Amino acid sequence: MNALALQVVVPLLSAPLCLLVRSAGFARLLAAASGLFGLGNAIWLLVAVRDGGPLRHAYGGFVPPIGIEHRLDLTGAYMLVVIATIVAATTAWAAITRLDELGRSRRDLFFAAWQMCVAGLYGMTLTADVFNVFVFLEIASLSTYVLIAHGSERRALVASFRYLLMGTVGATFLLIGIGLLYAMTGTLNMHDLAVRLQGTSHTSSVRTALAFVSVGLWLKAAIFPLHLWLPSAYACAPAAVSALLAGTATKVAFYLWLRFFFTAFAPTFALDDLPVAKLLLALGLVGAVAGSLIAVFQDEPKRMLAWSSIAQIGYLIAGLSLATAAGVAASLSHIASHALVKSALFLALGGAIAALGANGRPLRLHDLRGLSRRMPLTAAAILVAGLGLIGVPLTSGFVSKWLLVDALLAADQWFAAVVVLGTSLLAVVYVGRLVGAVFGSADDAPPPAARVGLGAAAVVVVLCLLSIALGIFTSFNVDLAAQAADELLGVTGSGK
Amino acid sequence: MDLPGHFNHYVFVLLMMLGLYAVIASRNLVKKLVGLTIFQTSVFILYISVAKVQGGAPPIAQPGVFVYSNPLPHVLILTAIVVSVSTTALGLTLAMRIKHAFGTIEEGALDAMDAEDEVR
Amino acid sequence: MSSELLLLLCLLLPLTGTLLVLLARARPNLREACSLLTAAASTGCASWLLCRVAAGERPELQLAPLLPTAPLALRLEPLGAVFACVAAGLWFVTTIYSIGYMRAHGERNQTRFYACFAIAMFAVMGLALSANLLTLFVFYELLTLSTFPLVTHAGTDASRRAGRIYLGVLLGTSIGMLLLALVATHTLAGRLDFAPGGILQEPLAAGRVGPTGLALLFALFAFGVGKAALMPFHRWLPAAMVAPTPVSALLHAVAVVKAGVFTLLKVAVYVFGLDTLATTGAATPIAWVAGFTMLAASLIACRADDLKERLAYSTIAQLAYIVAGIATATASGALGAALHLVTHAFGKITLFFAAGAVLVAAHRTGIRSMTGLARTMPFTFGAFALASLSIIGLPPFGGTWSKWWLGAGLLDAEQPLLFAIWLASAVASAWYLLPVVVRAFTPASAPADAQHHDEGHEAPLACRIAMAITVAGCLASFFGAGPLLTALAAVVQP
Repeated sequence: MNALALQVVVPLLSAPLCLLVRSAGFARLLAAASGLFGLGNAIWLLVAVRDGGPLRHAYGGFVPPIGIEHRLDLTGAYMLVVIATIVAATTAWAAITRLDELGRSRRDLFFAAWQMCVAGLYGMTLTADVFNVFVFLEIASLSTYVLIAHGSERRALVASFRYLLMGTVGATFLLIGIGLLYAMTGTLNMHDLAVRLQGTSHTSSVRTALAFVSVGLWLKAAIFPLHLWLPSAYACAPAAVSALLAGTATKVAFYLWLRFFFTAFAPTFALDDLPVAKLLLALGLVGAVAGSLIAVFQDEPKRMLAWSSIAQIGYLIAGLSLATAAGVAASLSHIASHALVKSALFLALGGAIAALGANGRPLRLHDLRGLSRRMPLTAAAILVAGLGLIGVPLTSGFVSKWLLVDALLAADQWFAAVVVLGTSLLAVVYVGRLVGAVFGSADDAPPPAARVGLGAAAVVVVLCLLSIALGIFTSFNVDLAAQAADELLGVTGSGK
Repeated sequence: MDLPGHFNHYVFVLLMMLGLYAVIASRNLVKKLVGLTIFQTSVFILYISVAKVQGGAPPIAQPGVFVYSNPLPHVLILTAIVVSVSTTALGLTLAMRIKHAFGTIEEGALDAMDAEDEVR
Repeated sequence: MSSELLLLLCLLLPLTGTLLVLLARARPNLREACSLLTAAASTGCASWLLCRVAAGERPELQLAPLLPTAPLALRLEPLGAVFACVAAGLWFVTTIYSIGYMRAHGERNQTRFYACFAIAMFAVMGLALSANLLTLFVFYELLTLSTFPLVTHAGTDASRRAGRIYLGVLLGTSIGMLLLALVATHTLAGRLDFAPGGILQEPLAAGRVGPTGLALLFALFAFGVGKAALMPFHRWLPAAMVAPTPVSALLHAVAVVKAGVFTLLKVAVYVFGLDTLATTGAATPIAWVAGFTMLAASLIACRADDLKERLAYSTIAQLAYIVAGIATATASGALGAALHLVTHAFGKITLFFAAGAVLVAAHRTGIRSMTGLARTMPFTFGAFALASLSIIGLPPFGGTWSKWWLGAGLLDAEQPLLFAIWLASAVASAWYLLPVVVRAFTPASAPADAQHHDEGHEAPLACRIAMAITVAGCLASFFGAGPLLTALAAVVQP
């Protein structure tokens, strides 16, 4: 069977298998195996795409644009590897730990929802059919609501419900946009759309479609000011779920918008006729400032990290708004570097939560004091990942921020560059609070209730090491992102 | 402007706004879900009405008929309906769990208890 | 041994020292021996490098491919070699001093102290030998982070508060301005390496940046290098005085602050180019800021009663001398700046050693309480007096030459007002340093000092040895300034 299809099919079939076998141990094993398979397959696909150009697979033998097509170019393959890395790490972590946070919930059902979510994420990245995007988006979203509701506090239910409302509104907006596009062009294939939209970009239907698609996907990507669902969802979800979502869900929505904007719509009309670029830059900067500022004042570490995610999404948008190859490359490489450190941080906090037994009530910063003595490996991981989040040299965060500021300055956006660096300072403050708590004195701290296995800590350490490796041997990430950006902008012929 | 020709759009926009208003304005979680369903249904109407081809027959192959309505949007909307039903089911389940955990599904009371949890 | 290997060895020796110190943590004697040994080896390595650089060698070594245009790489050049040599040599002396001080003072967590010290020295070596701005920035940040545990060593609330100021100012300026300046330079010039004559004339000639832009960029560099302690970003230095004295001595009189002005010097010489700076006048505003800092810090120093605080403000003033010398953009000014980097290091470290010795032996920090102390601590205060003369700039001490060239640079740049400030602040340095000596050598009136009679003893032997070495350094830099001048003159006069 085609490797493109297997990427989605394996997790998609694992989910019902979990339900059928009804054994927590089996579900764990299956999840870990499918996660690792996904990573291996994704890397294999990336190599194939890099060497041999875009891969295509028409489902059921129906020839596109009539049939549904999976299509993988370099941008997609890059995203796929990033997602698969995070998925493999978080799945391994979830499979190794006993997931005490879940309480008495059934682990096999949890992993079934998890696998569905993963299948949806892979599907969104691979598909070239816009309606298929909607379907995979809803597969991922519905299982995400379930996963968030697994959180140990009762607030998780409310957070999940709110996300369900906003997420469904967002997805339905996307559906409206897709419907308008279909009404105008009669096609659902993204590359076919690109051809057929060329003459119709001045019509109000197409512009309305762009607006609906954008708002829908921005909601899913938690772009300021459509971010309201995110802090509670990340803060209340089990740590493994927060790690998975922070590394993948918003990133995929962002990638999808990139796809719609640069591949399907000709960006020239949006950039030349409409003030989209200015709007995006403003939203990105405001999001970066607001997210960082609010993160500084959070007392729950998970909520702090959630707000920090909103700030990081602001960076992505700022880089993208330039619509230059350098800007898009910076955004893409920042996706990878941020996904690594944010997932590592959430997983490390998950380990702390499991060890401290802080179930049923939110974990606070002062609960973490003295962690460095009792869980040195986890504490070190929090330090390294925190430095990566700030963007200290020799971590991948530095390289992507460097590219971003470089791209901003090359586009004469001095103010934006200052804002990006200024918000990095705010990151110093909130990461400082987190690290300060972890390395703070522990004389009166309670002893840990349980021990977290070495395996779980090892997963976090691997993510941190990856971040450092990408910060030293940067060419892998940077070159790939640059090639992907060239390809993305080249498709529409506007690669400035 | 072809005002009556856009009749389907008016219906769609009206229903969409009604649904969205209900999602935002109602304080009761179940009523919010009702609004959400209306909102989603409005999109179904958009798709289905667009599929109609003037003078077209139902898309079942039969001799002597050359103009059919477009069947694809119907198929798409079948999928969307499935999604909508699952969303509603999941939403209602969550509402039940919330009622169980908090004793209420009124948003004001929930907000207050939520804030209480945060301070605890 | 090949020069490349020597370069790598010089960088890695302090790191090895960290490892050894951590391994020998259970046995203090062995741990201190390891510390001394690595410091001595580093000194040897750095001196050897200095010989190589004098012979005209310029070895290069790439460590990691960070960015395509700016890898993490080392390259030997005279300024860096001199700085590395001074820092390593004084590290060795400070280690001798620390052994006496830390034991006499009964400090806790000594292993962490020695380990962080070695990491900080690793950062200094990397900074001194870096081949481009990005490498320099990496080690600059590492230096900030590795000295943070040293500043907060005491673990008290006061030290934590000071640590926050320290980290806040240094990280804030470096991320907010230095990094921005780096990226802007990269955007303008397309490269970040240190090239004789600078890398910015080409964009200037191409019209991509004007004199105002360059002035802004230079200001970003000058303020972004918070370690140079230009006002208003000087607050971290007095705050850092809560650290144990050896830290204040080596890091906050030599390694850290000198790393700041060294960065500025390198930026002026190798990134902007002195000629470009002179023709565009881009550095003139910074010269005025430095002049103000010089004067203001000297005045504050006159009023401070705590000896370490007084020395800290004196350091700020002396750093401003160096910045002013750089900002004149004349050959003699830059030469004076480079020379002052060396001579001030010897003088100021002696003063800090003496202050620490007073704290350890007599448990006093306030200047007013030091009346008559020289009776019991003649050696310490003798060293203090000699070092003071060097800082003021009187012969036969090294400070004479550097102040001479700095003054010449200000006159060359036709800045008579700045020259007047330079003169005034030299007078002020006599005003705030000599009273300490005078007071100590004044016999105490009996009742005021009665309760301290039991503490009448000299500083530990290790501390005295250290002070003797650094005072000898002050003298040597007067009589042996010739070879140093020739080596440095080659850099500033291409």
